Amino acid sequence: MMSSGMSLFVAAAAILNTVAAVGLLVWMRKRRGETAQTSDTTGHTWDGDLREYNNPLPRWWLWLFVLSVVFAIIYAVLYPALGNARGSLGWSQIEQWEQLQAEQETTAQRILSVYADRGSHELARDPAALSIGRNLFANNCAACHGSDGRGGSGFPNLTDQDWLWGGSPELIEASIAGGRMGVMAPWLEVLGEQGVDDATAYVMSLSGRQAPKGNAAAGAVHFNSYCIACHGVDGKGNPAVGAPNLTDNVWLHGGSASAIRATIAAGRQNNMPAQTDRLGEVRVKLLAAYVQSLGDR
Amino acid sequence: MKHEIIEKNVGLLGVLVAIVISVGGLVEIIPLTVSSETTQPAPGVKPYTALQLEGRDIYLREGCYTCHSQMIRPLRGETERYGHYSLPGESVYDHPFQFGSKRTGPDLARVGGKYSDEWQRLHLINPRDLVPESNMPGFPWLVKHTVDSSLTPRKMQALRTVGVPYSDAEIATASADVEGKTEMDALIAYLQGLGTASQTWK
Repeated sequence: MMSSGMSLFVAAAAILNTVAAVGLLVWMRKRRGETAQTSDTTGHTWDGDLREYNNPLPRWWLWLFVLSVVFAIIYAVLYPALGNARGSLGWSQIEQWEQLQAEQETTAQRILSVYADRGSHELARDPAALSIGRNLFANNCAACHGSDGRGGSGFPNLTDQDWLWGGSPELIEASIAGGRMGVMAPWLEVLGEQGVDDATAYVMSLSGRQAPKGNAAAGAVHFNSYCIACHGVDGKGNPAVGAPNLTDNVWLHGGSASAIRATIAAGRQNNMPAQTDRLGEVRVKLLAAYVQSLGDR
Repeated sequence: MKHEIIEKNVGLLGVLVAIVISVGGLVEIIPLTVSSETTQPAPGVKPYTALQLEGRDIYLREGCYTCHSQMIRPLRGETERYGHYSLPGESVYDHPFQFGSKRTGPDLARVGGKYSDEWQRLHLINPRDLVPESNMPGFPWLVKHTVDSSLTPRKMQALRTVGVPYSDAEIATASADVEGKTEMDALIAYLQGLGTASQTWK
């Protein structure tokens, strides 16, 4: 809302402008012979009767001018035009938005309430629920996990059977609802350059591969003193803390020797944002159903 | 007044023309310069930090505004996608504002916190690594260049003269705040702050 002084200024300017437009029309209505004396002009004539100085407006143009003044008056009465005046329709942009928003909310609740009492595992086999889930995924998840759910470097692939935080329907739903914060500590300061090389060699040996440098046996010692806390004695990880399985040759941040080395040296921080506040519980459940269906294919 | 007088005095004609065509501007612009809605910050809106301010200048330098608007209109389809419509009080510390009028890419008014910092970094280096169908250009040089920290306090001084309430202490530590940061760090700090005030409105 404007202050009342400003409101008055705006209303007065708009009304004066309209009055001035009407006044101009009246003033220009008739030919002014006295200003069109031939001695003052070049004597040129255009379109039959058009000379210098004041000339009557063409009829069609004049009527358009009148129509626009009439339109302005009607508009100013119906809609908010004169300062803070609301207009007789009481229309406002924000109220129209709120009304449409409420209608949309009602429609969404009607559609979503059908799924409110069913588990995500059951919904994963319901084509109608999956169709909603697919749209939600495209709008909210695809930017990181990819439109096909295959993820990318740093963003988990949701179509394989490898789950960082557990793949049960309940755990998938929990990951979407509350988000996840994956943290791996940096180890360069603890292990030193050589120690990181050795640990890299050992981690690669877990998936049956050979590192270009580093001593896997020495790395095993480091692994058993530091890494087993999260990744477990056998390196198979721990979904309770989101520690990945290091034996299956599935790599979130790249599986090359240099990528693994960089991960061990500098650590990793990864964040899956929580969705319940943004989307609500039912939409989260529909998303969980869709994500489960990705793995079933 | 005779028409002849107006037509024979170019100066008078100019003044009268200026009066006529300025009515719209007087009505639409003057109220905005005094209304509290447009001059006071919306709840939770704070001046940019030194790093965000540098990031904003990168945003301008790289011409992000030619494809991204920062203005969510009160239309249902738009608020469904981007969040609460923009309020004038969210732009009070923007000189100049970045409303924009062209959306080749999505609106960024509330992009803060929508993606992780890491996502923003990878996406700015090469958008197609994350969104294969994207037509946004990559900005890989941002990770190679560091911000010129000597200019930051002067930028904040300049903004203070047009009404951004930076304290002397903030200006004094500004150089240290951005020292050694890359242009990428700055731009991400700016993007991650966009529209975050609105998260406290509910």
